[in-house]
Amino acid sequence: MARVETKLVPQPATNYLPERDADKQPILETRNLGIDFGGLAALDSFDIAVSPTEIAGLIGPNGAGKTTVFNLLTKVYQPTRGTILFDGRDTLGMSSVHLSRAGMARTFQNIRLFNNMNVEDNIKVGLHKSIKYGMVAGTLRLPSYWKQEKIAHERVRELLSIFSMEHLTQHRAGSLPYGAQRRLEIIRALATDPKLLLLDEPAAGMNPSETAELMENIVKVRDTFQIAVVLIEHDMNLVMGICEGICVLNFGKIIAKGTPSEIQNNPVVIEAYLGRREEDHPEDERAEGEDPGVTYVEGPEGHSTDEWAADKGPEVMHGEGREEDHHADGD
Amino acid sequence: MNILQRVKGLVNKSFLTYAMVIVSFVIVQLLANNGGISSTLRGQLVPICAYVVMAVSLNLTVGVLGELSLGHAGFMSVGAFSGVVACISLGDTIASEPLRLAVGLIIGAICAGIAGFLIGIPVLRLRGDYLAIVTLAFGEIIKNLINCLTIGLDGGGLHFGFLSSASALNLEPDGRVIINGPMGISNIPRLSTFTAGFVLILVTLFVVMNLVNSRSGRAIMALRDNRIAAESVGIPVTKYKLMAFVTSATLAGAAGALYAMNFSTIVATKFSFNTSILILVYVVLGGLGNIAGSIVAATLLTVLPEMLRQFNDYRMLIYAIVLILVMLATNNETLKGLPTRIRAWVTRSPAPQAEVGIDG
Repeated sequence: MARVETKLVPQPATNYLPERDADKQPILETRNLGIDFGGLAALDSFDIAVSPTEIAGLIGPNGAGKTTVFNLLTKVYQPTRGTILFDGRDTLGMSSVHLSRAGMARTFQNIRLFNNMNVEDNIKVGLHKSIKYGMVAGTLRLPSYWKQEKIAHERVRELLSIFSMEHLTQHRAGSLPYGAQRRLEIIRALATDPKLLLLDEPAAGMNPSETAELMENIVKVRDTFQIAVVLIEHDMNLVMGICEGICVLNFGKIIAKGTPSEIQNNPVVIEAYLGRREEDHPEDERAEGEDPGVTYVEGPEGHSTDEWAADKGPEVMHGEGREEDHHADGD
Repeated sequence: MNILQRVKGLVNKSFLTYAMVIVSFVIVQLLANNGGISSTLRGQLVPICAYVVMAVSLNLTVGVLGELSLGHAGFMSVGAFSGVVACISLGDTIASEPLRLAVGLIIGAICAGIAGFLIGIPVLRLRGDYLAIVTLAFGEIIKNLINCLTIGLDGGGLHFGFLSSASALNLEPDGRVIINGPMGISNIPRLSTFTAGFVLILVTLFVVMNLVNSRSGRAIMALRDNRIAAESVGIPVTKYKLMAFVTSATLAGAAGALYAMNFSTIVATKFSFNTSILILVYVVLGGLGNIAGSIVAATLLTVLPEMLRQFNDYRMLIYAIVLILVMLATNNETLKGLPTRIRAWVTRSPAPQAEVGIDG
């Protein structure tokens, strides 16, 4: 008797949420998300869930597809396959504008400010949906214009005070120092009153004390606004310091998920970042001179993982990949 | 402190532009009344007003929205022809000339606005060079359409014809041909006055400067500076592009009607590609996004050919050389930095001045 083979369908992968939010619906959930660029799968089988108050990290070596994930979530790219659920709703057919209105905000790896406008106007563009008067009221300077602009002006100062930037309101955004531009981008994203904030390398170009301040501020933002934060970052001190759940990508696929300590001790992750250890000890400036015993091997093809690297994982990984191409995200 | 400075800065910047226009108007009026202005220059007053409005409105598209439009004269011609037809048709209904002119300008503006909307929908899906070339094409299409149009008026109302002679309109004996195809409109009532032009400039400034400094204007400038970022904070691209484009076309329509009613005849070929480029030159010379600059550039470059009339054949050559020199001078970093250095020098001197905070 001929047996008909049973067809097997893929099931959602296991997702992890912070215990406090375990009974809540995730703010963001992706199922089997993927995109192909010219036949090459830049991202495949991407399943994550983010709870409404979680700070989640997305890490991985250069070119792993991290920014692609953000571009898919915000519909800069259209996914080839898979589903994105935002706040329980399927985002199929929604545009960047719709998603922003629904409460998804982001920053960009290569800073995208409105360079010719001043800081205050940059934030007011972010406040666009909460400023309620139309073109006619604006042109004719009707009372609603003055009232709403006054509210907006105060809101701008409140938002700027998060990063102590109130003194910069009249500066042209393009003329600000790099770190201030990154902070302004975060403020502009917060101005849209988001439920989920996507930060693409928020600490890039910041010095250690600025980064430490940024870490505090990200946590403060989450606590104050009660929103979820997903961040892409190469600074492992930041990621391990504030992220609750971490997802590691390599070559467009998730290779590990878990808490910071689980990720730090995961042999697959260490291999992806560091490759295989060799016996000789050439100096490598990417290790910032503090880890004379480690060697980088191009590519993740290494077979063995050694305990030494596992112990030193985060410190070694710190500083890696800061040179990632700043023109990589889509235009 | 910052708020105060901001309010002061805003008020000052807009205020200075208004003041410049009002003072110039008063001076020119006084000179004209005392015979201080030559008759050729007096004939240029209304065209100058029309070109100023054209330049300011095009600056909204090119400088504020950041999209190069090469068909702005097309909207001017739509406004010119519809405005004149309206004024002639209403000749018996509205006795007051200024009121008739105002109605003509408004109808011209509305028609050009509608044309801007219809053209904007397909055109604004494009960007950069492609948009520029398609607007150029639409400008030429408008010109050629009007070239083929015949409109007549009789007791039964307006008669329209296309690609046919005026006799095909079947007008009653007392009827009158208004637009006669390539011959355009003749015997236009010359309703336009310098005062009307001045008022139109003020209205244009009011609309453009208030729009730019409002929620909508910020959205438009955000699109110019970074479209992807603007979308990421929820700015609908098409809506605000259309808003800027249609506003720009509407104001151009009013300018066209004003311009046309300064002459006794007007033909469609007057509003050709050359006119579009001329207006673009005003905008670029005055500075992208710089409203006051557009006004000054439009005025000077309209007057300049008249001033150079004594050079006869070399007139346009000198005009071109002046244009090149001005462009070189305004793009010279040393000269650009001059106001800042003068300001720094002034503030360093023993008697510091309080009122030097306006960016020039």
